Amino acid sequence: MSRKKLTRRQFVAATAMSSAALITAPYVRGAYAAGKLSIGFWDHWVPGANKTSTDLVNEWAAKEKVEVSIDYITSNNKKIELTVAAEAQAKSGHDILQMYTWWPHAYAEQLEPVNDVVEPAIKQNGDVNGTVKYLGQAAGKWLAVPATPGSQIKGPCSRIDLMKKYAGIDVQEMYPAGAPPKADNWTMDTFLKAAEACQKAGFAFGIGLGETTDSVDTAGAIFQSFGAELVNAKGDLTVKTDQVRQALEYYKKLIAFLPPDAPSWDDASNNKWLISGRGALIMNPPSAWAVAKRDAPQVAEQCWTHGFPAGPKGRFAPFLPYFWGLWSFSKNKEAAKSLLAYLSQPSSIEKFVAASGGYDLPAYANMTTLKTWAEEGPPKGTLYHYPNPYNHQTLSIAASPAPPKIAQQIYAQATLTKMALRFAQGEKMETTLAWAEGECEGFMRS
Amino acid sequence: MADVVVEHGRVAGATGARKRTSLHNALKRKSTVAFFLTLPLILLIALLVLYPALFSIHLATLNKSMQKFVGFGNFTFLFKRETFWMVVKQSCIFAITAVIFKALIGFIVAHFVHNIPAKGQRKWRGMLLVPWVIPPAMSTLAWLWLFDPSYSAFNYTLSLFGIGPVNWLGDAAWARFSIILVNVWYGAPFFMIMYLAALKSVPDQLYEAAAIDGANWWQRIWYVTLPMMRNIIAITTLFSLIVTFANFDIVRILTSGGPLDQTQIFATYAFRVGIESSDIPLGASVSLFMVPILAVAAIFILRDVNKRGNEA
Repeated sequence: MSRKKLTRRQFVAATAMSSAALITAPYVRGAYAAGKLSIGFWDHWVPGANKTSTDLVNEWAAKEKVEVSIDYITSNNKKIELTVAAEAQAKSGHDILQMYTWWPHAYAEQLEPVNDVVEPAIKQNGDVNGTVKYLGQAAGKWLAVPATPGSQIKGPCSRIDLMKKYAGIDVQEMYPAGAPPKADNWTMDTFLKAAEACQKAGFAFGIGLGETTDSVDTAGAIFQSFGAELVNAKGDLTVKTDQVRQALEYYKKLIAFLPPDAPSWDDASNNKWLISGRGALIMNPPSAWAVAKRDAPQVAEQCWTHGFPAGPKGRFAPFLPYFWGLWSFSKNKEAAKSLLAYLSQPSSIEKFVAASGGYDLPAYANMTTLKTWAEEGPPKGTLYHYPNPYNHQTLSIAASPAPPKIAQQIYAQATLTKMALRFAQGEKMETTLAWAEGECEGFMRS
Repeated sequence: MADVVVEHGRVAGATGARKRTSLHNALKRKSTVAFFLTLPLILLIALLVLYPALFSIHLATLNKSMQKFVGFGNFTFLFKRETFWMVVKQSCIFAITAVIFKALIGFIVAHFVHNIPAKGQRKWRGMLLVPWVIPPAMSTLAWLWLFDPSYSAFNYTLSLFGIGPVNWLGDAAWARFSIILVNVWYGAPFFMIMYLAALKSVPDQLYEAAAIDGANWWQRIWYVTLPMMRNIIAITTLFSLIVTFANFDIVRILTSGGPLDQTQIFATYAFRVGIESSDIPLGASVSLFMVPILAVAAIFILRDVNKRGNEA
């Protein structure tokens, strides 16, 4: 077997030629040239909404030549929270994972900053509200991208007929479709009087006092409308203040007009309360109305979603934004960012909103007047004021403005509803405040 | 005798030969073979039980952000929390009450089933096991609908007799009653089937002898049945105590620990603190607090089993 010896000159020439060939050759892209991307989306409760997400992702994937796989993870019984916790521990899992409210801060150290996605989106779609910044940003760094699917306002959904008949309030006149609200008289006092009148007529307001989010969100907005904070933005304890006392006194009066079993309500209870026709008002996104449209159309056509009553310190509405987080251990960050930018385009946002029947709320200022909310019905215009189109209320989250890692615990442990319930059940004001102060001290551990 | 060492009686020669012989002997030992046969299971247990257990101990020693070792810091923090001591108290009330009622109902029903003629007994055994074989998350959902705050089927039935409505899950006392009731409903069939098996192994001659001595039904239970069933009662009680202490699904589905944390038990509180509040080390510490309580119970109950075993 003869062996030809390769000279140095030949070697250099061959290398140069191969390099030139590689550089000048036409770039052939395979079907999945840009790699793989694994996504964990929240499993939407609206039938067909997941399909819109899948279609949008596939559109993008076909264009960018990325192989995608999507898992829809339910939030029932906190499954999605468990997935987030497990992936954060394992440092492995999906590249993009949908997370809500507190999770970007809770897992801040393991999330890839996404300023390069959010900042252009803000430039294109308008600014985001303070709650989205509070929950999605840390020290100028965007921890996650505000997601349209799942984001919601939990404002009042009232029965037009019952409110008019028993409380003398015309909610359609107060929040007319297609026009700014005329809600100057829609205050906490008016709300309390209406709650009393409806309760006496046998149609009590369906506000929970349990430990799940619907109960906590309402409590949060009521506390904020009195300026009541348990921990302030600097992280100082502010439980024993007049504002907190006022909020508790107000809640005690309100609880007297709520259903007696409200302490055991979960997030489904208020929906059932409205759909069954037993209540004149609940605090919820339009999911209850959407189910009523299917199961109790005579109830649905009397529903009107509108703004929160104002307290001495302003008008606050509970807002729960969802985010898309990108793990720092993701293997395809560039592709993930490209997808998140695509999902934040106005055309994608419009599709998300339409697919959810108006339930999903974009975080961006220019995206609150889409035609879906104006057209949904019956009655037509029932969702017009749902996205807060005139910014007449401050969108907030319970336990803010405490530092998010403390606020998350006040929120998750339902400290606000527990305080309200303790005090309403006869505990002394100072005992309730001392208990809450002890709890908050515990939440401050790092 | 499982551990007989098969000796060949060969006189020890050179060291190498002796080593070979001892290895050969070791491999021929029944205990060695048994060890190798159980090795896959031991490895599986190490992987799925031992590793998570050690990892949770490791987690319990970290600070909230899981970046610093704090030793027993999480436990000393918990000991100062009013809610934690409430959880300890409630877990004990929940587990002990539920186990007592499960054992009592299981014992009574086992006697009833034992006395059913053999022909129809299988049917009853099967039917009585139904609560235990349905996945608890599913059956508890059905209970939730029965207790539903606004549309309780129980309240509807009671209202026909002019009673109620009872605030099943919104009042602390009723909520505790409800979660214990569901746990007893779910767990009593396990006791029933274990006690039934024990009852069947009690020799009939003992009852005949007792009858000749003029013992009434109570004396037969007290002097014959119970002593013969003591070990199985102890083992089932311990097993059930462990499972009930660590219960999660029933409380989570029915009350989520409410109202005002008054039905919160170890597992649900650990979930609330660890997952929902993103404080995994504290959640791990809450879960681990069950270990000393259950260890003390296990020592007492198993010591008793050994004693009786020796007596026998």
